[in-house]
Amino acid sequence: MAQSRLYIKESASQTAGPYVHIGLAPGAAGFDIYRRELGWDIAGPNARGERIRVEGRVLDGMGAATKDVLLEVWQANADGHYAHPEGGGPVEDGFRGWGRVITDFDTGAWGFDTVKPGPTPGRDGRLQAPHLNLWLVARGINIGLNTRLYFDDEAERNTADPVLNLIEWEDRRSTLIATRTMRDGTPLYHFDIRLQGDRETVFFDI
Amino acid sequence: MNAPGEFYQRDRDLHPPAFAPGYKSSVTRSPRCALLSLQGSASEITGPVFGHGDLDPGDNDLLSNYAKPGESPIGERIILHGRVLDENQRPVPKTMVEVWQANAGGRYRHKKDTYLAPIDPNFGGCGRTLTDDDGAYFFRTVKPGVYPWRNFGNNWRPAHIHISVFGSGFAQRLITQCYFEGDPFIALCPIVQTIPDPEAIVQLTAKLDHKATIPLDTVAYKFDVVLRGRRSTLFENRLEGN
Ligand SMILES: [Fe+3]
Repeated sequence: MAQSRLYIKESASQTAGPYVHIGLAPGAAGFDIYRRELGWDIAGPNARGERIRVEGRVLDGMGAATKDVLLEVWQANADGHYAHPEGGGPVEDGFRGWGRVITDFDTGAWGFDTVKPGPTPGRDGRLQAPHLNLWLVARGINIGLNTRLYFDDEAERNTADPVLNLIEWEDRRSTLIATRTMRDGTPLYHFDIRLQGDRETVFFDI
Repeated sequence: MNAPGEFYQRDRDLHPPAFAPGYKSSVTRSPRCALLSLQGSASEITGPVFGHGDLDPGDNDLLSNYAKPGESPIGERIILHGRVLDENQRPVPKTMVEVWQANAGGRYRHKKDTYLAPIDPNFGGCGRTLTDDDGAYFFRTVKPGVYPWRNFGNNWRPAHIHISVFGSGFAQRLITQCYFEGDPFIALCPIVQTIPDPEAIVQLTAKLDHKATIPLDTVAYKFDVVLRGRRSTLFENRLEGN
């Protein structure tokens, strides 16, 4: 019997619903229950590399900002290493590379502080341009959406990036590229995610 | 060389489609372009690692993690337990499992929830735990109540517990919901029915585990979560050590 049932099926996804915050980001939602909230410190105090802030909104098919999204980020450190046994190399003490934020209940804005990642190895030895891996869930999203954020000051590496080059429609590549400005001396990258419609963000089946 | 490689392709036919008009909120929140398939690189096959320093031992006990000393929430006391496995039937150890739910009356402790049912002063409604080496997890909680929602005007969610699981790679990230066997609202729920595969709905339904009940104390339900499995790496065009 074990032989004929070697594989079992993945559990089906279901929407995170409107109350995802109490489960995954209770503190951010103003609900005091855990001693330690997960995901608020992405890089830790010892990470090398450039300290950056990333901000944006998640827009629906009507162009309205969604106000109940939970977003997670997974990234390499400045050396291009992920904090994982298969992550390519060591990371600084305290560097987790994972974070979790919610969109503001009133404005829909989200943002987090981290360090800019370095290039990471791709599948065939080609380097991938620095990027953040993003995953978002919300009411109305039936299965979590995966996308990537690239940096507009990495034009040369972006041009050679194996994933960006997979996107057949060249103008859609720009939906994955955050724009850099400075605010109070800190680099600020702006990145809006469009779930649907005009300039819909490229989402991945990873 | 027997290193695990990338994850099996996700079987999208058992997951709900992004656009499922019976669940109205999906209409303006569903991408219309096809997803772009990526083969797994380090960015996808790695994911966050959690340890016991990330949580406290009582975080998986919803009967006590928000209750005043000596008090407990109202409702049917249940144990929800099971294992996190992958498609190869291997346990997924040391992975973070997070849950959230309504109280026994069907009300969430959330400022956007305005349902008539009262907040339970002794119930927060969220918990988290790490699976053990065998992929096993458990929570103590109360069985959540059904609650109404505005979709077609008279829709009720079946009793359900929301579950978030990480796995070992970011590509395994999954949020789903656990239903309870015998609930007549399962068949009527537009969110459940976004799932095209009836067997996949059965898989999301916790079964009464009578042997695991604690006599005169707590009823037990069993619920396994299955994450994507990984293939072994191809080495010199040969499948090694599988
Ligand atoms: Fe719910």
